[in-house]
Amino acid sequence: MSNAEGHPTHLAHHFSTTEQQKDSAKIGMWLFLLTEVLLFGGLFCAYAIFRAWYPDLFHNAHSFLDTGLGATNTVVLITSSLTMALAIRAMQLGNKNATIWNLVATLGLAGTFLVIKYIEYSHKFHLGQLPGKYYTFTGVEGGNPHIFFSIYFMMTGLHGIHVIAGMITIGWMLYRTTKNHFSAEYYTPIEMTGLYWHLVDLIWIFLFPLFYLIG
Amino acid sequence: MSTATATNYLNEAKGWKSWLLTQDHKRIGIMYLAGIFFFFLVGGLLALIIRWELFTPAKDIMEADTYNRFFTLHGAIMIFLFIIPSIPAALGNFVLPLMLGAKDVAFPRLNLASWYLYVIGALFALYSIISGAADTGWTFYTPYSTSTSGSVVAIAVGVFILGFSSIFTGLNFIATIHKLRAPGMTWFKMPLFVWGLYATAIIQVLATPVLGITVVLLILERMVHIGIFDPAMGGDPVLFQHFFWFYSHPAVYIMILPGMGIISEVIATFSHKRIFGYKAIAYSSLGIAFMSFLVWGHHMFVSGQSELASLIFSFLTFFVGIPSGIKVFNWVATMYKGQISLKVPMLYAISFLILFSIGGLTGIFLGAVSVDVHLHDTYFIVAHFHYTMMGGTVIAFLAGLHFWWPKLWGRIYNETWAVVSCLMIFIGFNVTFLSQFIMGAQGMPRRYYTYPEEFQRLHGFSSVGSLILGAGFLIMTIYLLHSIFRGKKVGRNPWQSLTMEWEAESPPITHNFDKDMVLEHGPYDYDIVDAKYTEEGTL
Repeated sequence: MSNAEGHPTHLAHHFSTTEQQKDSAKIGMWLFLLTEVLLFGGLFCAYAIFRAWYPDLFHNAHSFLDTGLGATNTVVLITSSLTMALAIRAMQLGNKNATIWNLVATLGLAGTFLVIKYIEYSHKFHLGQLPGKYYTFTGVEGGNPHIFFSIYFMMTGLHGIHVIAGMITIGWMLYRTTKNHFSAEYYTPIEMTGLYWHLVDLIWIFLFPLFYLIG
Repeated sequence: MSTATATNYLNEAKGWKSWLLTQDHKRIGIMYLAGIFFFFLVGGLLALIIRWELFTPAKDIMEADTYNRFFTLHGAIMIFLFIIPSIPAALGNFVLPLMLGAKDVAFPRLNLASWYLYVIGALFALYSIISGAADTGWTFYTPYSTSTSGSVVAIAVGVFILGFSSIFTGLNFIATIHKLRAPGMTWFKMPLFVWGLYATAIIQVLATPVLGITVVLLILERMVHIGIFDPAMGGDPVLFQHFFWFYSHPAVYIMILPGMGIISEVIATFSHKRIFGYKAIAYSSLGIAFMSFLVWGHHMFVSGQSELASLIFSFLTFFVGIPSGIKVFNWVATMYKGQISLKVPMLYAISFLILFSIGGLTGIFLGAVSVDVHLHDTYFIVAHFHYTMMGGTVIAFLAGLHFWWPKLWGRIYNETWAVVSCLMIFIGFNVTFLSQFIMGAQGMPRRYYTYPEEFQRLHGFSSVGSLILGAGFLIMTIYLLHSIFRGKKVGRNPWQSLTMEWEAESPPITHNFDKDMVLEHGPYDYDIVDAKYTEEGTL
């Protein structure tokens, strides 16, 4: 696929080589991931400060989180990172069908993660373990228990939004794969989506022990 | 070279769609320019109204509540909608690819998306005005910002979106500078404006996300009372200040670093001389970017943070003076024995040297804890940051605007009127803000609607200065607009500058250059190039 001047169609006019275009995309994506780390960084910072202020509260409150569901979700997301990586590998080898099935599996696992998260959230809503002034639960010992749940809902909520954004992007990649936009020579968008998805996974890997496994 | 019928980026495609859907960095730069001029006008009019109110201690034209909303809007608009995008997003967008010999920025679609985010953020800010406006000051300090009846959420959403506009511009520029330099242009053959944009982009990418999460927390605090910043619910209002300044101190370097880049270009060009200490200037930009992340606590000397923290922040603040000083000395050394021509951009550059030195040195006063405790929240602070933000960044922006104006339009403004306006801005600025240093040192607090009689004379003086300043900008608006349509036509390189953007036509064609660019000489090799062209007598 190339135009009259021998410029491949996937190569934008302002780049001279595919290599240059791919390297630019990589730099751009890594910088974007850096901004994501800093976006979450503010919340991790707030977590650290309030955990230092209220160590007993964090310990008591964390026992109301379901470690089994949290651990299941961790496994689900790590598996989805594997299927994402396999999707990229398949396209590197030009295997379109394998890419499609791996992307579908990634989407399915991401959906599973959200369903489990929904079960956890609705249980807490039911008990009144809500953030800030909506907090009505009385079972946690220690002052200001709503602070723990405020931070829990903000961090897992922001993470959940990133999971949804990831699913939209993966869905878009799936569509483009079925439309033959990619080949063994050009698969940069899938690879960039993969980088993003691994970051979403990685953030959860930090969230899980910080909330569910307070010793 | 350029003829009346030649096609260029301005006339190749026609109609509003060809602008609103363009991915050409030059058109996007022009659209940013239109946006920031609009908000500079709004912010400037607000400033004039504030100065009118402060002409006497009594109520002149508005209620105290309205006054609070006006100074908040003046600050928020000038910072988020004017200064931050002014040099990088408007001038940088236009000039950066040209300076690198590239056809566009690395991600043209993302570039257009940044502009749309800017517009959407601006619409939220405008909506906040009609829905009651915020009265918190541009800093949105909790707990006041979570309890006031002002419209904080709308403007906070606006700031969040504008932040992402700024992040995407920075990300785009870093990738562009890494990957799209013309063959032969090594890192140390880049023009210094590119170094300035690079250092700026690093801060935009690293600091702005923290502002993003901070305003999200503020919005949640206001809407659902999550309690993080509320002491009554076990939260910490000072945490907000830490988060806010972790972005907003580096942000002042987002504002000044690209301005310093412009000054390097203008002083070298109009001294027609190799820039003194190229590497020192380049490294000092990165040095400032690095230090900018370590000094935010100097905004919080009276917030109740620990004395040890204040001492460390104070010490680190003094360090920022070193790279800034290096730059100033290098610029002055570049002018020494140069062939200086006092064109309008150079007049602005010299204004910058004077005003920025005053702004920078008074920053050192304020970095000293004991002095700051006395001067905190007085007009001394107001004068200091106007000397750096306006005397520094805005003056540098105007230097760049007048420097690249012929490249933008292929036409040049009326020199006489431009000189008149430049002098009025310089005089008006100093009348407005020098008086505020004196008032501040005497204890006049900032953000107050009224004041004791004894400050009447200096406040009046300051208000008159603001009128001179306003008149200067009015003249500028007229001659710049006039020049777009009627200005004298210019060739590719009216200033005999050696950076690559001057090898493109004025105005450039859509793909920037009529050939594939290769670096033939360094950006400041005036001695070498002059020797080579002596026989022809011209560049």
